[in-house]
Amino acid sequence: MDDFIYFFTFQDPSVAWVVIGITLLGIGSAYVGTFSFLDKKALLGDAISHAVLPGICMGFILAGEKNPIYIVTGAFLSGAFATFLSSWLKKNTKLSEDSIIATILSVFFGVGIVMLTALQKSGNPEIAGLNSFIFGNAIGISESDLLIYGGLSLTIILVLTLLLKEFRLMVFDPSFGKAIGFPIESIRFLFNVLMILAVVIGIQAIGVVLMAALLITPGAAARFWTDRLNPLLILAALFSVISGILGTYISFVLPQMPTGPWVVVFLSLIALISFLISPKSGIIFRFLSRKKYLRKTHRDHLLKALYKALEEGRKSMTIEEIYELYPYQKKEINQSIIDLQKSKYIVQSQNSISLQEPGVSEAMRIVRLHRLWELYLNESLKIAPDHVHESAEQMEHLLTPELEALLEKRLNFPSLDPHQETIPREKNDLR
Amino acid sequence: MIFDSNAFLIIFTGALIAISCGFLGVFMMLRKMSMTGDAISHAVLPGIVIGYFVSGSQRSLEVIIGAGLLGILATLMIEGLRKKAKVQLDASIGITFTLLFAIGIILINLFAYKVDLDQECVLYGEIAYLPIDLWITKSGLNLGPRVTWLAILNFLFVVGFIYLLFKELILTSFDEGFSSVMGIPAKGINLALMSMVSYTTVSSFESVGAILVVALLVVPPATAFLWSKSLMPLLRLTAALGILIAVLGYYLAYWLDSSIAGMMVTVAGGFFLISALIKGKKPSWLKGTTKVESPLGI
Repeated sequence: MDDFIYFFTFQDPSVAWVVIGITLLGIGSAYVGTFSFLDKKALLGDAISHAVLPGICMGFILAGEKNPIYIVTGAFLSGAFATFLSSWLKKNTKLSEDSIIATILSVFFGVGIVMLTALQKSGNPEIAGLNSFIFGNAIGISESDLLIYGGLSLTIILVLTLLLKEFRLMVFDPSFGKAIGFPIESIRFLFNVLMILAVVIGIQAIGVVLMAALLITPGAAARFWTDRLNPLLILAALFSVISGILGTYISFVLPQMPTGPWVVVFLSLIALISFLISPKSGIIFRFLSRKKYLRKTHRDHLLKALYKALEEGRKSMTIEEIYELYPYQKKEINQSIIDLQKSKYIVQSQNSISLQEPGVSEAMRIVRLHRLWELYLNESLKIAPDHVHESAEQMEHLLTPELEALLEKRLNFPSLDPHQETIPREKNDLR
Repeated sequence: MIFDSNAFLIIFTGALIAISCGFLGVFMMLRKMSMTGDAISHAVLPGIVIGYFVSGSQRSLEVIIGAGLLGILATLMIEGLRKKAKVQLDASIGITFTLLFAIGIILINLFAYKVDLDQECVLYGEIAYLPIDLWITKSGLNLGPRVTWLAILNFLFVVGFIYLLFKELILTSFDEGFSSVMGIPAKGINLALMSMVSYTTVSSFESVGAILVVALLVVPPATAFLWSKSLMPLLRLTAALGILIAVLGYYLAYWLDSSIAGMMVTVAGGFFLISALIKGKKPSWLKGTTKVESPLGI
């Protein structure tokens, strides 16, 4: 607990520095990552983040120490080379995009490993710091590093915010952008530059292997909460900052723990929770709304059956008769009977069920929609009368009052459906 | 340049692993699932760590079972995220493998007192120690390097798997719809292939490392794909590349004194790059000016 207070009150200036750094870095990569997620190029970020390893080693060899400027430049150059190579291969060979990305990722990483092992055997004492690039170590970032990384993050955030319109165009409709005269190719080039930069500064805290998560996961999680770009970006940034700070806290308390994996675990937790509980597109919500819809269809079917009996002049039906109409659906029918009794659409006395006043007009509405749709299919789409029932069975639950009015008008208020049955309306009712 | 029994063992084992990975990789590539292979090879890590923790040994059945289960879990999770949560494929791959790999690294650090697994070793392995890691039976009989036996076993499994399910694998790779019509359980075949990939990852991770398995899964098939137009030459070329990579990788690593597995991947990357330059579309200035492409392809 003391650790907790010590960390989150930022008494220690170095903790404050690291948190500021992680925040900037998280915002930057979440911004870039969300765009690449929307552009369906999420895995290119993974390829780039593996591909910067040779550059880091090269920078280290040239500088002879862990100099952030050399390392960032080296990493940037090898990331840029990987990006160029992947688009060149895509244009000029028959390989599919995922093979290209997987190839680039593993080859660059392999080259990086060769250089890293060669460096390790060279006996340079500074080499220990280089290993932290593989899994990330936010706590180990020094203040001078932070100025460079923070500054680059700020640049990324600034450029993305200023050119929001252009990047939005690039992601959502590049051909339209081209048509109205935007230099989409240059915008894409600039975006790639920003993405490589985001990766280069991110690996310091997250590490080469897991950097992809910092790019992909915030955007994917935020996508479940909103359909608009600006809230999406803000939410993604928020998610990544929260997990970044939590991850840093863990590796502050347990110094042997690398930061990267914890940040990724927190991020993935946020994402999985979002997938589950988000309204509209979450798994739970979709499951419930499907269940609700199915219950409604069963209720509709029961009402329809009762109305058809009414048409034949019978005021009520026995439960067994209904079971026979919809075999294998006993449980659902019992549920519908309970539901409909609650809303006073039907009454059950002993074994027989009969429609009540509000139920009749509801049942009438469903049968009317069913028959209107059958007639529409038959008349306007020229589908044979014996083929229209199946579709009407589905559409009767979906047609809205507006569509109903439109159908009525289009078919000129018909009285008979293709099977020569009356289309029921309130004025010619059977009561 | 020396060629002794150690060199032979290392090259032999490396080639076996490269061929096993390459054969599986060909089918992964044809299914456009190369990145799934990448994801699996990252995702088996927690399984390896847990298996190690439970059994207390790196070379136990629990490790293989744990990794196999995690590999299947990763496949299912990718599918689940895509189908149930409707996350786009690339993002569901990215989320799955980063999460599982992160958990693996955390577990390594948590169990550091008991699990003698090195993060770096998991990443890039060390095939050079292979000749000293001997399989000695209880009666003291020396049967040679353990990793080589593992690689032979794995190779036999992979070849047997592909031989037995050759028709099914081809059908499901090229035309999934048709194969389901024929009554072939495409999903089952897919899961079987993924299990083979995770098993191969586990049995090779000690020697080449979990991440460099990916390179062997992807790069030789991709290189061979540039040169071939049908499946059998593709498989043959992949195998040939596997052997070539092992030989060149070993001697280059010996010469530069660096990681053999890393060097094998570097060599593979070199082959790939050269092939792409030769087989890729040439820039127009190389073609000369006389050849004019006819419009509309007439």
